[in-house]
Amino acid sequence: MSKFAKKKSGDLPAVSTASLPDIVFMLLFFFMTVTVMKDSSLKVENVLPNANEIKKLEKKDRVITIYVGAPTREYAKVYGTEPKIQLNDKFANASDVGDYILMERAKKPQELQNVLTTSLKVDKNANMGLISDIKQELRKVNALKVNYTTYEGDAFNNVD
Amino acid sequence: MGRRTKMPGVNAGSMADIAFLLLIFFLVTTSIETDAGLDRRLPRENKDSVVVDYHKRNILPILIGKNGDLMVKEELASLGELRAFVRAFIDNGGILEGNQGHCGYCGGEADPESSDNPLKAVIALNSHRETKYGVYIAVQNELVGAYNELRDREAQHLYQKNFTDMDREYHRPETTAEAKADLRNKIKYIRGLYPLNIVELPQQQKSE
Repeated sequence: MSKFAKKKSGDLPAVSTASLPDIVFMLLFFFMTVTVMKDSSLKVENVLPNANEIKKLEKKDRVITIYVGAPTREYAKVYGTEPKIQLNDKFANASDVGDYILMERAKKPQELQNVLTTSLKVDKNANMGLISDIKQELRKVNALKVNYTTYEGDAFNNVD
Repeated sequence: MGRRTKMPGVNAGSMADIAFLLLIFFLVTTSIETDAGLDRRLPRENKDSVVVDYHKRNILPILIGKNGDLMVKEELASLGELRAFVRAFIDNGGILEGNQGHCGYCGGEADPESSDNPLKAVIALNSHRETKYGVYIAVQNELVGAYNELRDREAQHLYQKNFTDMDREYHRPETTAEAKADLRNKIKYIRGLYPLNIVELPQQQKSE
């Protein structure tokens, strides 16, 4: 039995840090896979409303995003505090939406051009007039599939 | 030179620092974005407006006011009771048995003043220019919720599965092609029973 109780030195062995890089790499890969690169910096407030009857957008490459919201503080001086549309990296009017959609559509491969979805990321404090104008523009260029992108949550939280 | 028989090991202590640096870089440059929401199909733009001969009982007008108050059928309503109201309207089945257009699967009260059948029931959603988007989404959510409840009920009845679960399963990448084809038919059938008829009235362009 003395086989198992052989060594009994006094000092504690140091904790090996050799696996620390592996752990960090694991974290790194996690973040690399679950996140997407910011393609444009947001210039508008973008707190999306909540909804619970939602559906996932299927594929990233079939989505064109339109942001709507009040300009953030640094832009509010120049552009005011009324909700604005952000297309790519700049502010735009509702009348520019059609051209933007056509341009983005032309960039996509041929086979995807008919299955594109427009994702409307609209701040919950924006007003419906602007959204309605955008929808009219979308109809003009025949971009009929729309997704009102939301956070998952109770829809009653939108009303306060 | 006999001392170089044993190679010294590369010090891996700084590896963690390098990995941390990369991690922080990715944390800063990326954002976790939501990619879920309410799907909706806009109507095709037609230059000449089509006049559809719709009976008034088949239309449920919902108006969202400036301050987020709701008018359903010209009466004030709260968001909480909207779902039940819409559900009762769609599922009414006002045409009596034996007549054309009778809705055999409906569970409503068959009120002759309400919709004939789910195929004819139309929800006319109208909002003010000043209405907050959050309220609008809440209302849309309730409408979709009402339809989903009815579709779930019918799917449970026919296939012992929830419609929403079937839809989710259909979009899952693991689902096999045969299962998908089967699900597609079922989903299509259920959708046919309760088609999402939501009409949004266009608002006047902003006068500038």
